[in-house]
Formats: sequence, structure tokens, C-alpha cells
Amino acid sequence: MGEPLIRRRELYVGDLPTIVFGHRSLIWWGTLGMMAIEGTMFAIVIASYFYLRTRISNWPPGLMPPALKYGVLNSIWFLLSVVPNQWTKTIAEKGDLQKVRIGLVVMTMFGVGNLVLRGFEFTALNCQWDANAYASIVWLLLGLHTVHLLTDWFDTAVLAVLFFTGPLDGKRYMDASENSDYWYFVVLTWLPIFFVIYIAPRLL
Amino acid sequence: MSTVENISATTPHLDRHERLSLTWGDPPGILGWFMTVNHKRVGKRFMITAFIFFLLGGLLAVLMRLQLSRPENHFLGPDKYNQIFTMHGSTMMFLFAVPMMFEALSVYFVPLMVGARNIAFPRLNAFSYYVYVFGGIMLWVAFVYNAGPDVGWFAYPPLSGPAFTPGKRADFWAQMITFTELSGLAVAVEVVVTVMKTRAPGMSLNRLPIFCWAEVITSLMVIFAMPAVMLSSTMLIMDRLIATHFFNPSEGGDALLYQHMFWFFGHPEVYIIFIPGTGIVSTIIAAFSRRKVFGYTALVLSTVATGFIGFGVWVHHMFATGLPQLSENFFTAASLMIVVPTGVQFFCWIATLWSGRLHFELPMQWIGGFFFVFLIGGLTGLMLAAVPLDWQVHDTYFVVAHFHYVLLGGAVFPLFGAFYYWFPKITGRMLGEALGKLHFWLFFIGFNLTFFPMHILGLRGMPRRIYTYPVEMHWGSVNALESIGAILMGLGVLAFIWNVFQSNRFGRIAGADPWGAGTLEWATTSPPPNYNFLDLPTVGGREPLWENAPDQPIVTGVREDMREVLVTRPMDAEPEHLTLYPSPTIWPFLTSLAVTGLFIGSIFTPWAVVWGAIPVAITLTGWFWPTKKETEEKKEIEVWENR
Repeated sequence: MGEPLIRRRELYVGDLPTIVFGHRSLIWWGTLGMMAIEGTMFAIVIASYFYLRTRISNWPPGLMPPALKYGVLNSIWFLLSVVPNQWTKTIAEKGDLQKVRIGLVVMTMFGVGNLVLRGFEFTALNCQWDANAYASIVWLLLGLHTVHLLTDWFDTAVLAVLFFTGPLDGKRYMDASENSDYWYFVVLTWLPIFFVIYIAPRLL
Repeated sequence: MSTVENISATTPHLDRHERLSLTWGDPPGILGWFMTVNHKRVGKRFMITAFIFFLLGGLLAVLMRLQLSRPENHFLGPDKYNQIFTMHGSTMMFLFAVPMMFEALSVYFVPLMVGARNIAFPRLNAFSYYVYVFGGIMLWVAFVYNAGPDVGWFAYPPLSGPAFTPGKRADFWAQMITFTELSGLAVAVEVVVTVMKTRAPGMSLNRLPIFCWAEVITSLMVIFAMPAVMLSSTMLIMDRLIATHFFNPSEGGDALLYQHMFWFFGHPEVYIIFIPGTGIVSTIIAAFSRRKVFGYTALVLSTVATGFIGFGVWVHHMFATGLPQLSENFFTAASLMIVVPTGVQFFCWIATLWSGRLHFELPMQWIGGFFFVFLIGGLTGLMLAAVPLDWQVHDTYFVVAHFHYVLLGGAVFPLFGAFYYWFPKITGRMLGEALGKLHFWLFFIGFNLTFFPMHILGLRGMPRRIYTYPVEMHWGSVNALESIGAILMGLGVLAFIWNVFQSNRFGRIAGADPWGAGTLEWATTSPPPNYNFLDLPTVGGREPLWENAPDQPIVTGVREDMREVLVTRPMDAEPEHLTLYPSPTIWPFLTSLAVTGLFIGSIFTPWAVVWGAIPVAITLTGWFWPTKKETEEKKEIEVWENR
């Protein structure tokens, strides 16, 4: 079909990169959106915890506060995990296949440690969820964080397998970098939650 | 990246059209239907599904009006009536209003209005539709089998708790919330990212169409409001199924906590429905006044202000719960304050109409209806913000009148305007004029006949949520009038449906821009091709079709044999990088099936959360796992930054 030749100005973008990291990538924005949603959830559960505190005179009502040992150990483990997490993120952005493999395996192992300690944390809460409203909200808070821990651990494990088996292209390195960002979210939300579950009942 | 003077059209348009259609097309047949990730197909599905739920909710309203049309009527019994008013409210709010005003309209139009080829995260978009429709079907199937919720659209404990509502009715309601809010939250993230990162070059934030502003602000409200109701309904279902005590006062819980959480979502929800309506009003008024909207910055900032203040007024739904008076004063003040940004918007619209050249066509007629109806609703809102008056009319028909004026005025009237305005874009044909007028007048008169007398009945003490009333109250004749109004509204909607079916086949051919409007969706053919724009546009003003230079550059260098798209910077939309959007895939549909299994299973056993997580994990992994062929293709064209 003979289209007439038309004189138009063009904005040529064909030489722009396709693999970018951090806030330039769409997946970073998507992860940020998820963090905003889930961060709001954590904030509302924490607010509910303190709201329920105002409804009753002694806290925790008729129960011992959660035992500290596993919660403290898990917090230390979480804080330590930041080091391999940042390393994995940095090398993912350099596209170093061998080192990303090591980083993802290490992070998967770290996650296993967190999950095992989390299992013990549930046994050390000194309450069952159906004991009273305090017990319910403590279980909800720890349970909700565990869901995030579990999903990010699963993500990391799947990514680790993919980096060994392929198929691989540059976008997967973007995923590895964002996976590290999400792990930061899991760690950073844990700190206030740790404070609420373990310290608040001793102070209030 | 460079702007160059060039002789283009070296490739004939037809060849490019064929190549792009092939790249952005879906596989044929029924499998292709379930695999599509095209925002227009998904958006249309949202629209049609939400409209079907609007009809179902409307049908329930007609049943209620028949029941109330005369005193001591026994057409419906109290149990059926309880289910029907709960289903009416839940369907209209969760299955019609939000999915229509927010999901359907933004999924279809935002990518077109910012000059993009698809919405960001297209597979998530397909997933969000399936999750929504499965949640809606679950609720309605439960209702048909006499297990519909009967505890009001907000399901307050203790009524909805295990002690007073045994059985599964309230559980279906609570899980319907989980379905629909998951869907809404996913779309919110997609819309924010589409607007922030995939606008056409030149569309700096201060040139973003007002409708897109409205949907982005709505998205942010969704992100911060919907988690609250997902949590409150999850906590409710846990109280019912695994004996937690969040809302049980005898074990240290508190029923009012539920109300706080619900309304922390529930009031922003009203603005989630209304703010897209304001976006429609601004869009249509600008198009039919033939001028850029007056006070663009004021309009945008008012919408932002509404978004913020909307989170600070929820307690006005709880004035009758015995909260401390100081906090009630605060929430009265906040509720009055929110009138200010709405007032600013009204004056901007009036100024636009005043100084423009007004063309009063079908869409504008609905905007006129909006002004009248919403203003009355807003005025009774001012009255209800005052505690003494609120106490007086709490739980009466005055409140029912108020929120129908606000919600139908703020959402349904602009929505019908939007249908008349954008129907030509979606189908390529104009809606019929005569049926359009009949629709408007039947609906407008019917609406006011139904809901205006409710103000009076409310002041005379008629309470909400009663299935009948004695003769001696003398409410019969007014109720009969209202029921006639409801039937007129129903006839109006039938006229609309008839118009849609007729016009879809025989309507006048619309062409690309039948109204002479200025935003980018009118730059492409009607209906738009699956790749949206043959030449990716750049933008030289707020209304690009009115303001672009005659030789406005087009974007070149984006591959047409792969689903490549241009990503731009958040503030000024300068080109930043190129990325590939995913191809059609069945995984979002399979994932939605797995999620549906988990959600519905958890109504019957808590273990469904554990076992149901396995298929969810498998399908999500399938979704994520790349294919060899695509990966090889991608690798060939990839360019790393800073290398």
C-alpha cells in the first residue's frame, strides 16, 4: 500500500538500556507498592494491639509475656542476614552469575534458620491464640510476619534454583536485586513487631 | 536517544499494523480468552461484569421496594429481607461501585490516556479480574442457596460473630471481601506504576489528564484503606472459625475495634468511588466546553486534599456508639473540612462551563444530573456531620437518602456520562440519542422520586433495615411513591441496555474522535487496535490533541516484533529505558483458581490455608518461570545500563 512519504520529527529511543536496577525498573515500583500495602497491614495490627491494651487493666491478661530467648535469637539472625543480602543485591546488579548463585543459596540457608527459629518462637509465646484477645492479636501479628518470611524465603529458593537451571536473562538479575529489597522489608518490619510482641508486654 | 529530522514512513503503515497486531495479539479461541493480558480486554470484562452485578443489585433493590410499597406486607419474610438488603449493599459497594469506577475505568482508559501500549504488570491485571469475578460468583451462589449474608453490608460484630450468626452466611461475606480487595489492591499498584513510569514523553506530571490523576489518587487510597477491611474481615472469620477473641468483650476483645477498622476503610471507600467520578466530570466538562479545564492545579490539589482528609473522618459513622465527645468534635470538624476541596472543584467546573463554548450532548446531560443530585447529597452530608443531628436521624431513612444521593450522584451519574462519552471509543459506534434522553429522564426523575421522600420518612422516624411497618405509622403512601420511582429507574436502565445492544450493531460510526476531545485515547482508532497506538505519541500540552505542534515528534526505536515498551521518568516523563511486557499466558487464570480454592476452602476448614497454599505456590512458580524461547529472544536484545 503506497503511503505518502511524510516529514515528521522522531524521538529515537532505540539506544536506551533494557536492563536497569533500583527505582528505574518497573519491578522496583511494584515491590514498593506491595510494601506499602503490607506495611499498612502491619501498622493496623500493631494499632489494634495497643487499642486492645486500653480495653483491659492488666497486660498481658492472666498470662506470662512471651519468653525472650528465641525472639532475640531470631532478631540477631535477621540483622546478620542483612550482610549477605546486601552482597547478593550488589553482585546481582553487576550480573555476576557465579556469585549471585552463592548469594541466593546463602540467603536461602539464612531463611531456613529464620524459619526454624520462628517455629520455636510460636512455642515460646506462653499462650494459645484462643486464650483471650491479647493472645489472639499476638498470634495474628507473629503469624502475619511469618507469612511474609515464608513467601520471601520461597521466592529466594525458587530464584536460587532458576539461577542454577536457567533459562536466564538480564531480567532475572533485576528480580534477584528486588528480592533483596523485599528481604529488607521483612527484616525492617520485624524490628517493631519484635518490640510489640516481646518488649511491650513487659513495659505496659 | 535523540530527536532527529527524518523522512519516515519507509515502511508502509499497513505492514506495521500487521506486525504490531501479531506481536500484541492473543492466541485464538477459548484458550486465548483465558490467556489474554490485554488491558482493554480485561477492562471490558471488568466493565461488563461490574454492570451485571449492578443489575443484580438493582434487582434486589426493586424487590425491597416492592416489599416496602405498603404497610404490613408479607411479600418477603424478615430473613429473606435481611439477606436481600445485605446482598444489595455488598454487591453495590464491593462488586459494582469499586470494580466499575476504579478497576474497569482505570484498567481500560489510563494506559490509553498516557499513551502506553498496555498496563504495567499485565498478568497481574488478568489475575485481578479472575479473582474479582470468582469472589462475586461465590457470594451470589451462596445467596441462591439461602446462605447469603444477612448482617448488613458492614457485618458488625457481635451480630456477625459466632454467638449470633452461626452457619456460614457471614463467612461468605468475609471471604468475598478478601477476594475483591485483593483484586482492587493489585489494580491499584498497576495504575500507580502505569502512570508514574509509562507516560508518553513530554507528559510531565503537570500535564497528566485529570482523569488519570483521579485514578492515581484513588489507587493510593486503595493501597492505604483496603488492608484495613481485609484485616477486619479476616479477624472476624477467625473469631468465627478458630475461636480467636478480637471482637469478643468477655475475653478482652472489643466490638468497636471492628467498627474502627471497618470505617477506617469504609470512609475512604466512599472517596474511592467518588474521586473517579470527579475525574470523569472534569474530563467531560473540558471536552464539551471546548477549553482546557479551569484551575487544573486547584482541581488536582483538591483531589489530593480529599484523599488525605478522607482518612480522617471515619468516626462520623460511629457517632452513636458513645465515643468521647472531644473526639466526636474533632471528627465533626474534619467532616466539615472535606467540603472545602469539593467546593473548590465545583467552582472550577462552573468556571470552565461559564467561559467555554458549551455543547450540551448526551454525556453532558449526566453531568448536569450529577451537579443537582450530588449537591443535595453533599448538603445533607454537612447536616449529618453535626453530632446532634446525626444522633437524631441515625439509622433512619434520612441516612439512606443521604448516601444514595452521594453515591449515585457522585458515581452513577458521572458513570453513565462516561458510558455515553467513551462508548464510541470502546465499540466504534455512537449510542442512540433518543433512547439516551429517555434513559436520562426516566433515571433522573425515578431517582429523585425514590430517594427524596426518604429524607422526610427518616425525619418522621422510619428506621432502616426493617422489613415492614404498621399501618398506624402513616408511612404507606410515601413508600408507595418511592416504589414507583424505583420502577422508573429500572425502566431507565432497561432503555440504556436496549440502546447499548442496538447501537453496538447499528449505531452511527464514531471515527477516532467524535467529540473533538483533547486527550490521547482519542488519538487512536475506535475501537483501538490491540497495540493501542501505531505511532507512539509524544505530548506537547495538557490536551495533546488540541495543543500538539503540527510536527510533534513521534517515538521511534521501540521494537515492533516484540512486546517492547518505553519506560519514562516519574516527574517529567523523559525516556529512560525499554522493557518487555509479558505475552499471553494461562498462569494468572490457574493461579486465580488456586487462590479461589484456598479462600473458599478456608470457610470450611482452617487447614485449607495450609493445603491450599501448595497449589498457590505451584501456580505462582509456573507464572514466574521463564520459557526458554522467550529468554533467548530477550537475551539477544538486552542492553545493560552502565556497561
